[in-house]
Amino acid sequence: MRNIGVFVCWCGLNISRTVDIKRVVEETSSHPQVICSTDYKYLCSEPGQKLIKEIVKEKGLEGYVIAACSPGMHETTFRELASRCEINPYLCEMANIREQCSWVHEDREEATGKAIKLVNMAIEKVLHNEPLYPESFPLNKRAMVIGAGVAGMQAALDIADAGYEVLLVEKRPFIGGHMTQLSETFPTLDCAQCILTPKTAEVARHPRITLMPYSEVEEVKGYVGNFEAVIRRKATFVDWNKCTGCAICIEKCPKKIYPEFECGLKEGKSIDMAFPQAVPYKVFINKESCIFLNQGKCGVCAKLCPEEAIDFQQQDQLVKEKIGAIIVATGYDLIDKSELAEFGYGKYKDVIDGMQFERINSSSGPFSGVIRRPSDGKIPKEIVFIQCAGSRDREKGKPYCSKICCMYTAKQARLYKHKVPDGQVYVFYMDIRAGGKGYEEFIYRSVEESGMLYLRGQVSRVFEEDGKLIVWGMDTLSGKKIEINADMVVLASAIVPSNGVKELANILKITTDEHGFIQEAHPKLKPIECMTRGVYLAGCGHAPKDIAESVAQGSATASKVFSLFSRNSVLAEPTVSIVNKDECSGCLSCETVCPYQAIEKENYRGKVIAKVNSALCQGCGSCTVACRSGAIDLRGYTNQQIMAELEALLWK
Amino acid sequence: MEISIEKINYELREAIEERSNQKIINCYQCGKCSAGCPSENLMDVPPHEIVRMLQLGLIDEALEVNSPWFCTSCFTCLSRCPRAIDIARIMEALRYYNLNDVFQPFDPNVLSDEVKTRLPQQALVSLWRKGT
Amino acid sequence: MHNQSQSFRDSTISTARELEIELEELPDWYCCGAVYPLRSEDLISLLSPTRNLMGAKKEGKELVTLCSACYQVLKRTNYLILNDADKREKLNNYLEEKYDGSTKVLHFLEVIRKDVGWEELKSKVKTSLTGLKAAPYYGCLLLRPQKELVFDHPENPTIFENFLQSLGCDIVDFPYKTECCGAYLGITEEKVINSAVLKIIQGANKRGIEVLITSCPLCLYNLEAGQKELMKSGHISKPVPVLYFTQLLALALGLGVDVCHFEEHQINPLPVLERLK
Repeated sequence: MRNIGVFVCWCGLNISRTVDIKRVVEETSSHPQVICSTDYKYLCSEPGQKLIKEIVKEKGLEGYVIAACSPGMHETTFRELASRCEINPYLCEMANIREQCSWVHEDREEATGKAIKLVNMAIEKVLHNEPLYPESFPLNKRAMVIGAGVAGMQAALDIADAGYEVLLVEKRPFIGGHMTQLSETFPTLDCAQCILTPKTAEVARHPRITLMPYSEVEEVKGYVGNFEAVIRRKATFVDWNKCTGCAICIEKCPKKIYPEFECGLKEGKSIDMAFPQAVPYKVFINKESCIFLNQGKCGVCAKLCPEEAIDFQQQDQLVKEKIGAIIVATGYDLIDKSELAEFGYGKYKDVIDGMQFERINSSSGPFSGVIRRPSDGKIPKEIVFIQCAGSRDREKGKPYCSKICCMYTAKQARLYKHKVPDGQVYVFYMDIRAGGKGYEEFIYRSVEESGMLYLRGQVSRVFEEDGKLIVWGMDTLSGKKIEINADMVVLASAIVPSNGVKELANILKITTDEHGFIQEAHPKLKPIECMTRGVYLAGCGHAPKDIAESVAQGSATASKVFSLFSRNSVLAEPTVSIVNKDECSGCLSCETVCPYQAIEKENYRGKVIAKVNSALCQGCGSCTVACRSGAIDLRGYTNQQIMAELEALLWK
Repeated sequence: MEISIEKINYELREAIEERSNQKIINCYQCGKCSAGCPSENLMDVPPHEIVRMLQLGLIDEALEVNSPWFCTSCFTCLSRCPRAIDIARIMEALRYYNLNDVFQPFDPNVLSDEVKTRLPQQALVSLWRKGT
Repeated sequence: MHNQSQSFRDSTISTARELEIELEELPDWYCCGAVYPLRSEDLISLLSPTRNLMGAKKEGKELVTLCSACYQVLKRTNYLILNDADKREKLNNYLEEKYDGSTKVLHFLEVIRKDVGWEELKSKVKTSLTGLKAAPYYGCLLLRPQKELVFDHPENPTIFENFLQSLGCDIVDFPYKTECCGAYLGITEEKVINSAVLKIIQGANKRGIEVLITSCPLCLYNLEAGQKELMKSGHISKPVPVLYFTQLLALALGLGVDVCHFEEHQINPLPVLERLK
């Protein structure tokens, strides 16, 4: 048996207010194996750590118990300290007498008793622990970025600039994300295309970025440093190696459709390019509407294409790629407004959403940048913006704030006033949330210069009468019910995670929150890491955010990838499962329960038994519970160790 | 206006919350209820302001306004409220509290014979129910 | 209905017979109470609707209502009994027998949709109402609160439109169809009704609506009485007749005007309906 020490932390008053520290020290020092038991006001402080180091040296300790806060908080601190004291880090255990004791109890006597039990358990654990050593694995220094919006592009560019290969996968046939649809950006009113095209161009020509537009990730296996992805390259029915983007096919295609890019406001063709600055500058065929693909007739594009690039036989292709890190930048969509029927979206053509306004205001949009209403093309003279359409509405929408609507509404209202100086803008708002650099100033400049009227309240109903949209709203500041006969209504609609994120999250074994946004590893301290090592997240797939934040997150994930790729191997936690080969009966129940596909088969003495791939194993322990013969144990949490703890709890 | 722990009438506010089974503090004052209310133009104070008065503990003031008597229980407010507050129930609770003070039970004899024969019984029953 | 709304009663009975829907009067029925009690402690008011629900259960039948108010009270009471175990127990303490919420409450329109169907109904029409510009007036009590009633979409309901379409009517999109008529307030506060009805009728006039269709006796009364007042004061010039959906159905099925008792109406619908013959 080894000689160990017990260190009890006061955590200022956090623990000492409820737990009698002196008694904990006294009680635990009576254990025969505990050479020394002592306390200190803040063990995590430098003098605290120095004290531990000195005592370890002086008493020749071979392991220790820290009775303090949650291991989630300071386990790393004290295990690293153990290394510096030349003790294997896994011979340091923490007894959580703060979160699980002093903070949740009021009675000092009971709390002290519980603290003593918790420390006694940890003592037994340390006595039964084995030194553990992390395994190291090779690392594939190639990253995959999923989603080529502004966040994903930024991440890809930063990683590629640092000298690593990047695979950029995008589900739409062009890169740039939703930003390509925007007209201008707040708070500077920069033209969105003008600031975006340098980036899309750079991505397209970067020697270390492999672009995979119109592609989706179907399967991901492996672990940090060694992922293997299967990617579906969807058929465009055009050989992009030949297509020059001459657009003859678009001109002659007889099939008209309303493409998603223009939000149903502008006609496109079945063979088309999304917009004039599209990267790649290639056409693609819409499978659902193409006459030839559905009826076997037509084929005008194929006949006219000077490069013979049209290929109706093209099939989806599955490609396998090896990568070491993954960045998820899947972006957003706008909420389905059918539940918000009181606003009349979908029923009245002139009730539009924010993205549709962007297209209307865009020079490549349906009215070449002149602000007209969709129903009859008239220039709207009175326009109502409704903020929080579906946001902060836990009944029919989403309970969260979509964050960017206050700003883009002010921007859109101001751009409208630039183009229709004699028009009147009304904005229904509940609160103005303009917490960004220059944002508040932008709002007030918009109000002061453009004379738009902000009305504090929600709108109850929008309906059509005499060619106008009647808006029934409230101005709670004056206490007056407001009725406006408007020409157009713009709904600042709630942001939701883009379609298919849930499926992708399953593929990547990362979690999503109740709204489908991707969950970060820690809301404060690990905001861009996913729960799975080697997977990072950027942009609106995580939560609503503006362009600047998305770009910052893109770069932040790149820096995480740098720190991963700066090593030549990855160290894995040694707390993984291990199979006792002689006891394993080969039933493979463990294989079924393992959420990480870490169980493999192995031939041993003429039978098939389970084998743990320690690189894939995350140490969850499911297999140890499922194993009927008790042949699997989790290192660091073995049955023996846990039984020792229980004995300390129940019989000491 | 001075607000203090003594001035806020928690007791009555809680009683109203219990009778209406609504959490008054849940309202974030967007005014959507008032914007769609068919009787708002006849009320002293629009519905969302009644809720605000209750939030501030101004129960006596809330009991003085005529608004509850103009609520038709059409549930338009509830069906659009982003916080699912049933204002018709709050109005009902307020009617209950000041019934004895200001309300005179309706006497059907004041109606003309023509109205009396045509008016659905449903109308009188509802009126008496709301007023008792 | 027996003494004041023979129009609603007779048109329903005759159309049901024509459509081969078996309707039976609930034995020993009670008045539902007209309003659903909104105070959480008011259980007594729930007893009479509960007794009706129990009566239907005893008969082993679905409970069909015509009137929107009855529908609201019965359906909400049933919802409460089904979903609130505490209230269910308390209510059952007052009752001779236990009631569990298992009776199905249906509006007559739902019965037509379920047992006949809109396509089938179309084929049974003898006098098509083609060219009649009709709009439904749903009012409040059929639609809200949607969670409890589950009758139709609270903002964009369509059941009346489907019905009217089967009869051949020209459906007019009528945004006021879900606005409140003023309910019982009309008795004491005429201005409530007048302001509510004015909006509704002006909206109807603007859209060239010739007839409004409802299933609520109080809506019908308010819309008619309100219009009469508003005509007097000169606020409206062109009154819009208001009919029960069953009256229009009776006409379409060729059952004649007698079962419709148009004499009960304060705004005579005959001039509008005349040309359909």
